[in-house]
Amino acid sequence: MRVRFFPILVGLFGIVMFVRLFSLQIVSDEYGDLSLKNSVLKQYVYPERGYIYDRNGKLLVSNQPMYDLMVVPKNLSAFDTLNLCEMLGLTKQQLIDKLTKAKRYSLRAPSVLLAQISKQDYALLQEKMWKFPGMYIQRKSVRAYQTNVASNILGYISEVNYFDIETNPYYKQGELIGRQGIEKTYEKILRGQKGVSYLQRDKFNRIIGSYKDGRLDSLPVPAQDITLSIDIDLQEYGTKLLANKRGGILAIEPNTGEILMSVSMPTYAPNLLVGRERSENFKVLKQDTLNRFLFDRSLQGQYPPGSPFKVLNALIALEEEVITPKATFTCNSGHFYARNQFMECKCKRGTINNLDRGIHKSCNTYFSNVYRRIIDKDNNAPDGMNTWHSHLGSFGLGNYLGYDHPVGQSGYVPNANFYNLWYPNQRWRGATTVSNAIGQGEILMTPIQLANVAATIANRGFFYSPHFVKGIQGDFIDSRYKTKRYTTISTKHFDPVVEGMANVVKKGTARVAAVRGIEVCGKTGTIENFTKINGVRTQLTDHSMFIAFAPKENPKIALAVIVENGYWGGRWAAPIASLVIEKYLTGDVKRKWLEKRMMEGSLEAEYAKITSNEPFTINE
Amino acid sequence: MNKLARFDWSSLVLCVVLVCIGLVNIYSVLYNANDNSLALSYIEKQVTSLGLGTALIIITQFLDTRFFERYASIIYLLAIVSLLGLWLFGTEVSGAQSWYSIGGFSLQPSEFAKVAVALALAKHLGDFNTQIDQTRDYIGAFLILGIPAILTLLQPDAGTALVLLGFFLVLHAEGLPSFFLLILIILFVLFLSTLLVGIYWVMAAVFLLAILYIGLQSKRKQKKAVFPALVSVVLLCGFAYSVSYIFEEIFEQRHRDRFNILLGKEVDTQGIGYNINQSQIAIGSGRFSGKGFLEGTQTKGGFVPEQQTDYIFTTIGEEWGFVGSALVLILFLTLILRIVRVAYKQKTTFARVFCLGFACTLFIHVAINLGMVVGLVPTIGIPLPLISYGGSSLLAFSVFLGIYLRIAYQRMA
Repeated sequence: MRVRFFPILVGLFGIVMFVRLFSLQIVSDEYGDLSLKNSVLKQYVYPERGYIYDRNGKLLVSNQPMYDLMVVPKNLSAFDTLNLCEMLGLTKQQLIDKLTKAKRYSLRAPSVLLAQISKQDYALLQEKMWKFPGMYIQRKSVRAYQTNVASNILGYISEVNYFDIETNPYYKQGELIGRQGIEKTYEKILRGQKGVSYLQRDKFNRIIGSYKDGRLDSLPVPAQDITLSIDIDLQEYGTKLLANKRGGILAIEPNTGEILMSVSMPTYAPNLLVGRERSENFKVLKQDTLNRFLFDRSLQGQYPPGSPFKVLNALIALEEEVITPKATFTCNSGHFYARNQFMECKCKRGTINNLDRGIHKSCNTYFSNVYRRIIDKDNNAPDGMNTWHSHLGSFGLGNYLGYDHPVGQSGYVPNANFYNLWYPNQRWRGATTVSNAIGQGEILMTPIQLANVAATIANRGFFYSPHFVKGIQGDFIDSRYKTKRYTTISTKHFDPVVEGMANVVKKGTARVAAVRGIEVCGKTGTIENFTKINGVRTQLTDHSMFIAFAPKENPKIALAVIVENGYWGGRWAAPIASLVIEKYLTGDVKRKWLEKRMMEGSLEAEYAKITSNEPFTINE
Repeated sequence: MNKLARFDWSSLVLCVVLVCIGLVNIYSVLYNANDNSLALSYIEKQVTSLGLGTALIIITQFLDTRFFERYASIIYLLAIVSLLGLWLFGTEVSGAQSWYSIGGFSLQPSEFAKVAVALALAKHLGDFNTQIDQTRDYIGAFLILGIPAILTLLQPDAGTALVLLGFFLVLHAEGLPSFFLLILIILFVLFLSTLLVGIYWVMAAVFLLAILYIGLQSKRKQKKAVFPALVSVVLLCGFAYSVSYIFEEIFEQRHRDRFNILLGKEVDTQGIGYNINQSQIAIGSGRFSGKGFLEGTQTKGGFVPEQQTDYIFTTIGEEWGFVGSALVLILFLTLILRIVRVAYKQKTTFARVFCLGFACTLFIHVAINLGMVVGLVPTIGIPLPLISYGGSSLLAFSVFLGIYLRIAYQRMA
């Protein structure tokens, strides 16, 4: 035993050491990272973020330098604090706090003393930097917006958050990422690919050379510029027309699917989200639940489509051969669609309407009958409903259109199942769901869907997926934006409907939308809508809606306009649409009086009713 | 029998391999792509020491075995004198007065004292009059160990003192009553628990154990047991109290910190725990196969202090990974066990005790050094034999190896 004691001790030590080395080097994986954190500095080289242009080559978004005042506490020596405070607009205590914070972070590593100094302060400071040893100025690149509109399209960039870093290994703390809009959709194109060089650090955080002789380093891949399909002048014009109103305008070029404008009001100037006041501004925008600045009404707003939906019912009815363009229905200022159930209409008693008159007079009775014929075809409401549903689906309704912007809503189109749940045992017919005939039932559509319907009618039966980007630095965009998407409606059925829409402007509900020398086709909408005020369902003033395209032959623009609580379609939406059309097609607007009325008209009083806590009347 | 075959080639080869590993890693620690003169000058110095050591080994092979036995006392006295001389002529390096500087060289006599103590112990035990289980003889042995141990502890050089204390293992192997080893273990446990839970709890525990001990005795023996139990309680409490006193009053904060870090009482990776933390990061980041020669980021960045000397193992761990560090560990274990095996083949007690002394010295060095770099033992400045940079250590182990080889060769004669 005595003889063996020492060798056993040696053996025991061997086992303990072996286990310890095994656990340190094989089992535990934290040390590898720790050593890299310790001694290898990854220095990134960022390519400049890509520029964004409008369809006419106007620069919308570029970059600008911002300056951070950095400090290395170890290298500080006595300096004129008063002088520095004056230049930076800080109190002495603030400066001391910031310095203390920097010291606590690290004595040898640089930290930010003051972020995002303006160009003016920078100019002043730069000359005197020699007075402040241990401090230096670091240049940073942020976005510079050359326009005050289109913030809903362009979106914004912001620093990556924890979630981004967790889900995408490309991003590191403090880097920027496209957070919304085009900046988000085309993030990879706009940012390029950062380059990286690995540097070996010593224990004092000094760089002592490149790591592994630069074998791991990579060069940055430059970012690409993007040309939008947006016409920024038109966007600006639309924004002005919608001033002091809530709503949206979305215009599409029918024969390409390019989105010409996408106005959502109220909006904010994109420059608000740049610079030192960014977070303060963002909070204000985010917290306004009435104006909803960050809510894109043209893409996300879901409204009952109202009367413009009638043209879709007309198309489906023609395709299903339940009517001919010449078929007539009699309207008696409305009609009974069931016992004691009367639907009003603006037609005089005894009016006889065919398709053309039905459209341009927006006759409820006519379209109720049309709708019931579609649904009750072969006396089978569920089949009729599903046929109707699939026709609408071919227009992209009830679904996302596949455009290149991160926000949106699918809208809603009911099918037979939906009503089977509401009315068990199939006790429902066309008449049960007759509100759908005039776009007031369960259907929801977004302005971009409405505009796309207008574009589809303009094209007589097909559309391209709408999109915001025209080109990416020479290369053209995704092929899916160049593929025609045909609807299930035959081309021949479009002509009578287009005729009716032309008459809407010529002699129908939107004569105000007529533009001299251009044949405009459109359809008004006056949309009943409700909200809950203190838990009580309350009807509000109707939304004013208009869809249109022009010119009638070989259309260049198709659009949808909604003005929330603007009352009838011809009051706000139709004039605004026609002004946009005039502006886009002629480059100038002759009807200054109309333009003035639209720009200066305000609906703020209307919106104030909801929050006034007092009883109010609507549609006045 | 072939004369050359009798020579212990395997131990020599093991030592040569370890020295080469040392040179490679010292070079890597000091390597600088821009200006490599520092690394080269260190290597040059180390190779010079190596040359001197080789010369010593060769010379030793031509001496008679009886020479060592005969002059062991004189060598031992010389060592004691050289340790005492440090008080007068020593140079202070990083807080410890344990160096002679002669011309451009500095020499650490405590390194050589280990050889001297091994020789003196071997001579003492080898005397046919000596019976290690007899009081007079083991006290003699204790004195041989104790005097240089106290002298080195006063420098202060706790590492060397601990190595000398390690010779207890040799004494135990040679027949020292197990009682002493037991005492050592008890004192060690007391020492640790005093630091961990505090003096009062330890005293209470000792008291309770004593009462338990008395209570468990049969009635007849109870009265007899009271006195020795009381004496033990007083002695043990006295020890615990003195540990606490020394720790709190005599130790400087840096010593206290070293223990506290190890006992997990304080966690501070930037200040006092920096060494241990950084060396563990270095070793741990090597993973299975290491980062490769000259590729260690911890090593290049100089994050581990004293890396060419006491912390040389961190470079091995970082650049050669688990494969490299386990290999070094296995080489050392093989060498130590090989020497122990050779020791028990010796015909004379002198030879056996000296060989065991060599094995024991190696073992304590390796155990404390490796234990320290992987964070199992508190920071005690002690080099890794044959690998660490440092002339005195290398020369001392050369002498050790030389005498060992000579003795091992002699055994059949």
